Amino acid sequence: MSVRGARDPEYRRPLTRLIDRAVGPLDRAGYEAENGYGALRDVIARLEPPALQALIKDSNLRGRGGAGFPTGVKWGLIPLGPDAGTKYLICNADEMEPGTFKDRLLMEQAPHQLIEAMAIAGWALQATSGYIFLRGEYVVAAERLNRAIGEARAAGYVGKNVLGSPWSFELRVHTGAGRYICGEETALINSLEGRRANPRAKPPFPQIAGAWGRPTIVNNVETLCNLPHIVLNGVDWYKGLRAPGSNDSGTKLYGCSGRAAKPGCWELPIGTTAREILEVHAGGMKDGRKLKAWLPGGGSTDFLLPQHLDLAMDYETIQKAGSRLGTGMMTVVADDQSIVSAVRNLEEFFARESCGLCTPCRDGLPWSVKLLRALERGEGRHDDIELLGKLTRWLGPGMTFCLHAPGAMEPLQSALKHFRAEFEAGVAPQAQPQPRAVGAGLPAMQR
Amino acid sequence: MSESIVRFVDAGDAPVFVLSDEERAEILHEVAHYPDPRAASIEALKIIQKHRGWVSDDAIVVAAPLLGISAAELEGVATFYSLIFRRPVGRHVIKVCDSISCHLTGYEALRDALIERLGIGYGQTTHDGRFTLLPICCLGACDRGACLLIDDDLHGPLTPEQVADALEPYR
Repeated sequence: MSVRGARDPEYRRPLTRLIDRAVGPLDRAGYEAENGYGALRDVIARLEPPALQALIKDSNLRGRGGAGFPTGVKWGLIPLGPDAGTKYLICNADEMEPGTFKDRLLMEQAPHQLIEAMAIAGWALQATSGYIFLRGEYVVAAERLNRAIGEARAAGYVGKNVLGSPWSFELRVHTGAGRYICGEETALINSLEGRRANPRAKPPFPQIAGAWGRPTIVNNVETLCNLPHIVLNGVDWYKGLRAPGSNDSGTKLYGCSGRAAKPGCWELPIGTTAREILEVHAGGMKDGRKLKAWLPGGGSTDFLLPQHLDLAMDYETIQKAGSRLGTGMMTVVADDQSIVSAVRNLEEFFARESCGLCTPCRDGLPWSVKLLRALERGEGRHDDIELLGKLTRWLGPGMTFCLHAPGAMEPLQSALKHFRAEFEAGVAPQAQPQPRAVGAGLPAMQR
Repeated sequence: MSESIVRFVDAGDAPVFVLSDEERAEILHEVAHYPDPRAASIEALKIIQKHRGWVSDDAIVVAAPLLGISAAELEGVATFYSLIFRRPVGRHVIKVCDSISCHLTGYEALRDALIERLGIGYGQTTHDGRFTLLPICCLGACDRGACLLIDDDLHGPLTPEQVADALEPYR
């Protein structure tokens, strides 16, 4: 079966094919005219939840929020069957990763696609309620999603007895009030419950005991938006969307910002090279500058270099190069910009956004900021670089309660590796080795 | 210490803080959407803030019972989230994105232009009560960096020279 999108006759950009910013989002009738909600009708008529889960597993759809975890595998842990009781599906729409602006596009310009996708995921999990956890600043998205949910409810796509089936699925928008850590899925659940957004210990995993102690799945906006298209067109078609040579499936919303000539966000085959994204779509570097370094997918990914531009932007390839695909939204640094300053900015962000629950993160991140500020001013001490290196290990994976601090260390450790001379240039010439009393290096909180 | 004594002595004359019928109705409407009323905590704080500009200690004490939690618990929520204001703010709140893409597109010059023009730093309000200035993390508008929010409106890309014009409509 194939469906032809009016605005993208090739149907190679399924998630954005109906998006035309000049026109704005389609209302329900407009979306239905493009076979909108056709996939939801399909699954409810013909695809039992286990079969739908198997389809998504076969598609090899991986989480587009940053971690790249296979969606079908995540779903597989959720209990099914008549006795499973209340279950929740949460859409993680707390897009706050520095340099990332893709979910905003999908929610502002195609709200019905996300609602249909949530209903499909809800059916696959037999969830009883869904929440779109939307960051508080996205007021346009909130307004459009709420209007679209109202239209969808009136047509029986969500609410009681969806499309006349025995299954009911309530869907609501829940808006946040700031704080990056809300994007961490267990912190998000705490925030949804009206608590401070501290992460929770795992296990138990949210699939077993999540929101209000019930089985819960948290999926990113872009991840979910793939679902209707996989259902309508099948796994082979979906896998065929990727760039030649990639082992991943589908398309990806890529972006480029920072010192790019024409920053933006584009849906492209997954595995498109970073060079194509930067040079073809983003028009290269601004003001004729040269590329110095780039973050492949957000502030919590390791810096890569110009020599990595020909790598395919997919999960495996970027990981092998020593970084992470993350959100797939590149940030580019020009050759006249300071890496020490860029890393200082990133660590200021992570220090401010730490939830404060565990000590290495709460105290270690401001410490790194203090060291980086000194180096940026040319007032660094001779052992500051070594100390920064130690911090990348003390705040690394396994040392903290969640992945906030390890993520924060990724740009720092890669900058130290690739641009050590820039850090060394920040050490004050007269700085002599000094004995340091125990505890004397502990920082005051920044600012 | 002295502050609490003063407040105790004055309590007889001080107006008792009450939520308006509208605020109360809006909060209870939100509470109905969740299996546990406390899930509406953030929304309740946002409702109070929408009506009053900020969330006072008294408002916390009065709102907490509607959410089935103690004032201390609601205080814990209110102080965690950066978009909940615990002090009075100006008529318009400027939030300057200071994350990496805006750093690379010159937000620091934009921030400095705002500080100079308004004569205030982060966390402060102009004497005429018109503007409060705050930093904010990535606004998800990196293709429009350097950018900022004035109330709910996104502005960007902005140069320091464009600051005056951007502020003009906000009286």
